[in-house]
Amino acid sequence: MQRQSNSLAPSWRRLIWRGVFWLIMAAGIWSTWVRFSQGLGASTNLSDRFPWGIWVGFNVLSGVGLAAGGFTIAGAVHIFHLERYRAIVRPATLTAFLGYLAVVSALVFELGKPWNIWHPLIMWNPHSVMFEVCWCVTLYLTVLFLEFLPIASDRMGWTRLRGWLRKIMVPVVILGVILSTLHQSSLGSMYLIMEGKLHPLWYSPLLPVLFYLSSIAVGLAMTIFESWHSAKAFGRNLPWPLVEGLSRALAVAGAVYLALRIVDLKTRHIAPWQFGWTTETLLFTVEAVLLSVPVLLLFADWTRRSPQRVYVCASAFLLGFVANRMNVAVTGMERSSGVTYTPHWMEWSSTLMLIAGGFAVFRLAVRYLPVYGEPGAPAAEGVQPSEAADWRRRADSRVAGLAHGD
Amino acid sequence: MARAVLYDSTLCVGCRQCEEACSARWKLPYNQQIAAEEQTSSHKLTAIRTHGERYSRKLCMNCLEPACASVCPVGALEKTTAGAVVYDEGKCVGCRYCMVACPFQVPAYEWERAIPKIRKCDLCSDRTSKGGITRCSEACPTNATITGERGDLIREAQQRIRSKPSEYYGRVYGLEEAGGTSVLILGAVPFDQLGYNTNVPKKVLPELTWAALQHVPDIVSLGGVLLGGVYWITRRREEVRREERA
Repeated sequence: MQRQSNSLAPSWRRLIWRGVFWLIMAAGIWSTWVRFSQGLGASTNLSDRFPWGIWVGFNVLSGVGLAAGGFTIAGAVHIFHLERYRAIVRPATLTAFLGYLAVVSALVFELGKPWNIWHPLIMWNPHSVMFEVCWCVTLYLTVLFLEFLPIASDRMGWTRLRGWLRKIMVPVVILGVILSTLHQSSLGSMYLIMEGKLHPLWYSPLLPVLFYLSSIAVGLAMTIFESWHSAKAFGRNLPWPLVEGLSRALAVAGAVYLALRIVDLKTRHIAPWQFGWTTETLLFTVEAVLLSVPVLLLFADWTRRSPQRVYVCASAFLLGFVANRMNVAVTGMERSSGVTYTPHWMEWSSTLMLIAGGFAVFRLAVRYLPVYGEPGAPAAEGVQPSEAADWRRRADSRVAGLAHGD
Repeated sequence: MARAVLYDSTLCVGCRQCEEACSARWKLPYNQQIAAEEQTSSHKLTAIRTHGERYSRKLCMNCLEPACASVCPVGALEKTTAGAVVYDEGKCVGCRYCMVACPFQVPAYEWERAIPKIRKCDLCSDRTSKGGITRCSEACPTNATITGERGDLIREAQQRIRSKPSEYYGRVYGLEEAGGTSVLILGAVPFDQLGYNTNVPKKVLPELTWAALQHVPDIVSLGGVLLGGVYWITRRREEVRREERA
């Protein structure tokens, strides 16, 4: 009996997920049609008073941050020689590559005249942060393509290309880290000119530094999140010692970021409660809790002993990060605008379509390309996610072994 | 020689001749319904607003150091030496950063169009670039709006305040706002009572961006050296470790 229900459950679940996927796609395609045939007025709730909504706050600001795992992991392995993380370079690179492609697709929706998207490359304005971001993202997409190319050339047997790529990989990765440093911070710099417009809970001259530090932390959180889901979806081992190591790095990177947030609020003499009980303080609290609780928990051995707890903490941090970017782009801009903004359903549906599309392409890439297990690289130690109880026990013994052995 | 506009709200009678002249210049429709709209938009680039018995006028302030022009990634907005901030729709990508950055909420977007552009007053740059006056100044029957050199207009405004201190709120709006603007405004009461944003920072806004953006070359060179160094050191450490083991 039990065995039967076990074997039935996945196919039912798969059917439901497939239905959800195509529903999202159908709604997204309709929104796309309305967006491009009738313009932004028909497909968004944006206005002259509130020209940037969730397409900027979520798709661009959050999207670019969530794809930051690419540069942190590639940098850790190729530049810092943290060889044991090599097993997750490829999935992290793929996540970043698809993430940036999704951001560029989202920009095609967001820009009023997307066919001019290449203009910043030839029509320069070096005083514009967005000009700098455009250049960085274009170059970084090229870097990500070069970092992704070994995966494809392994699959296709392009050995000469593979050898050539191996030679240039270190400078390419260094360039990728520099470009990421520049544009991850610059997304924060975009808001520097909005003194008096962006709410003082979020406006700070340190915005570029805060955006950069949080992108490093969220890149690690995203890599944990991605490892967990890949393990579940593809029936793979969770590379547990690596994930545990990432969770330590996340704790430290998150703590550095949060410490600077606190110092920043203190030096600007801003106390979150000085504004009374407003939407801003409420959403600031949500953001603060989602960011700080997982970071604090990850410092405890109890949390890092269980893959499940690590996964929950990483996910909460991801949500806190998205809350932060949405607060900067939406919550913090409402009061000065004099209007309230609630996203149109088509803004959500097109966003969902891009996310669902990204997941689908990731799945296809994993099926047809050697994303996991670089030929010649040692396979990561791991645990089977399907046996949750066993998994935890093995993880516990593993960590206990580490604690005693090292 | 930079042209500017002085709007004296105490002289304005709310006849909306300026609105009509402006619509004609941009070939935009103008009727009673549009006249009743008391805010600027992509089909109304200047608007007279009623505050009890007083009137105020909204139009692009044509800042001396415009935030919109500094943030535009393609340089579609530009401050001309003649005073106007002009817009080139051929360059524009429609990112709307200018709208978000503008401290006066001026640039308007054609939301209803599939091929949109930004719309805003450009101080009749076709005329002011040749030393002429704006159409709103020309149409104004009470001289509430006049065009002139910015320096002359500031002296004129201060002269009016000095000669009739009881009739004016003793400040010129636009003298310091956002580092100074090419549209100057006089009023009888504090400016927030006339619908003007008094929270605009009294500083050159693009400098806030430049404080961060100027470090880009430092990050590139420093980052390159630092990362290259880390690569070299950690690789050497690996080599040493491998040799010691062997």
